[in-house]
Amino acid sequence: MTGAIQYAKRRFESARAAIGAETGSETPESTTDLGAAGIHFQLWLLAGLVLFPILVTVVVSTKQQGIVTSLPDLLPGTYAVENYREAIVDYGFGRFMWNSLLMSVVIVVGKLVVSVLAAMAIVYYRVPYKDLVFLFVLFTLLLPVPVRFVPLFQLMNDLGWSNSLLAITVPYIASATTVFILRQHFLSIPTSIVETAKLDGVGPVKFTLQVLVPMSRGVLVGVSIIMFVYAWNQYLWPLVIIDSEANQVAQVGLQLLQGDVQGGQLSWSLVMAGSVLTLLPPLALMILFRKPLLETFAIQQK
Amino acid sequence: MTTITLRNLRKEFDDVVAVNGLDLTVRDGEFLVVVGPSGCGKSTTLRLLAGLETATDGEIRMDDRDVTGTEPKDRNVAMVFQNYALYPHMTGRRNVTFGMNAGGSFTDEEINRRVAEAAETLDITDLLDRKPQAMSGGERQRVALGRAIVRDPDAFLMDEPLSNLDAKLRIQMRAELTQLHAELGTTTVYVTHDQTEAMTLGERVVVMDDGRIQQVDPPQSLYDFPANRFVAEFIGDPAMNMIDVAVEEGVAVHDAFRIPLPAGNAADETGSGSETESLADPDAGDRSHAVLGVRPEDLHLARERPDLGETEFDATVDVTEPLGDSLLVHCSVGDATFKMSAEPRSSLDPGGTVSVTYDSERLHLFEPETGEAFYHSATAPAPSDRIERVVTD
Repeated sequence: MTGAIQYAKRRFESARAAIGAETGSETPESTTDLGAAGIHFQLWLLAGLVLFPILVTVVVSTKQQGIVTSLPDLLPGTYAVENYREAIVDYGFGRFMWNSLLMSVVIVVGKLVVSVLAAMAIVYYRVPYKDLVFLFVLFTLLLPVPVRFVPLFQLMNDLGWSNSLLAITVPYIASATTVFILRQHFLSIPTSIVETAKLDGVGPVKFTLQVLVPMSRGVLVGVSIIMFVYAWNQYLWPLVIIDSEANQVAQVGLQLLQGDVQGGQLSWSLVMAGSVLTLLPPLALMILFRKPLLETFAIQQK
Repeated sequence: MTTITLRNLRKEFDDVVAVNGLDLTVRDGEFLVVVGPSGCGKSTTLRLLAGLETATDGEIRMDDRDVTGTEPKDRNVAMVFQNYALYPHMTGRRNVTFGMNAGGSFTDEEINRRVAEAAETLDITDLLDRKPQAMSGGERQRVALGRAIVRDPDAFLMDEPLSNLDAKLRIQMRAELTQLHAELGTTTVYVTHDQTEAMTLGERVVVMDDGRIQQVDPPQSLYDFPANRFVAEFIGDPAMNMIDVAVEEGVAVHDAFRIPLPAGNAADETGSGSETESLADPDAGDRSHAVLGVRPEDLHLARERPDLGETEFDATVDVTEPLGDSLLVHCSVGDATFKMSAEPRSSLDPGGTVSVTYDSERLHLFEPETGEAFYHSATAPAPSDRIERVVTD
């Protein structure tokens, strides 16, 4: 963070130096530098606006009570270790996190497998009316998940899957977005590569594993990150279908941290500690894989 | 070593006919070039040979095998693409061996030996451990060629393999391809839109247009005895001049000039000499009008070539274009315009009048409607080179 600030400072100073050197009249170069400083200011402002609530969350998670009524309340407290320990150990938040992780990984892996196969069929195989099929797949994007809750709930009960990992993963394994992104990527792979493989007698399995997947690595990683964050943030469906605390996921588990509300002392600091904990895995992934993530979306701009 | 025979091959895409009744024999060990403008069906023909497209009608045979419906992998052909089609995530070696492993018909030892051999032949030993990203265009195409030859296919199919290379490298690779073919002797079908490439590479050249074969001949015959207007204008750069004339008793007559057509091959003398298919047809019809075809390089300034006789005519210079080794002169005579080549550094003023003569051995007449050639002033070469497309059995 400080590095970035210093970088902005340097830019600004070099802009000032340029103006000084050019004795008065503004050159195009110096205006662009000033313009860049302006853009940096805007970026910092916007980033600050987005980051502010998260900063408050982090600060509150270190306090005893966590009630913010005045500015001095925004100074970090000294109860950090205590709060996080209580959340993880006493309230079993580690368990929720583990469940969330398991759910997200299963969803991401399932999505990748299904979507790669679906996109392959759509791009490389002669399927009758396949454009129509693809359109139909895209149409499912128009149906928000909550619309499907009632029949889905019934289905899960009939299958005897309620209150299990299957119930919170299987309904999410098909993904129109992923199929779409992968289809676009497969279409950008030169057909001559596919045809070479055909002429060489490379079978579909070998082609998928040794050509298609390695050539799509960047896109697959990028899509995985997005899907992981999406899965990790599932709230409503797990709340509906999971009724035992042991199988619950972190997003719903946050509510359980509220604890003894009837005692009149909702412990905000504990809830915030939990929030920060749930924030960490997606954040770590984003930081780790930011490059392929950006490439996934840059692909459209080629 | 394979002979490939196409019989009445046809391919339709929805309502577009891409290949329209092709009959062709590719001889054992031959380097055959298919040339034509874009959309003429040459690439489709190659893809039909490879099995990447299914024929709508007709038959493809390799030696005695009917492969019309055979899967690409069972045809034992190797294809080289314009964009090289190398797998970007594999090293050169892996690219070369990937297809061999898939077939499963080679032992590891054999693969290593073959790769080493191919690498030697193509001089790509250094490239085997690099990924395509770290290779230049020419190097990539070499590796792609290597991939084709290690499999020891019955035939090579090449789809404009040199088009992505820069001019200098293209000429170099052209020579290397000829050399490679001489070494391996594998039947090769090579598709290109570049007539220079076709002329330099092909033992025989197939000119295609509109899904049909226009002519199949060795390069020089193609140039000297074009079967029709299309071939005449497509082969040769700059293109052959086409001037409407009337034909009167062995003389091509235009408002502004009269060109006597050398005897022995005159227009009314059907069935002999440089006959084309249309000439074999006795009902050739009215031939009082024709299109006279003369190549720019067969027209000369009279003062430069006094040896060509006294038949000359006057033309007006419109534009001159120096090409370095010659000067291309755009002229007009009466209502006709034509191009001719003059000695470089000749000073010709636009608007001026020049006296033009021609090589009387290099005149062609075409039917105005069908475009078929019915007269060539030169004598045809030995027929054995020329009747290839009739031979199908």
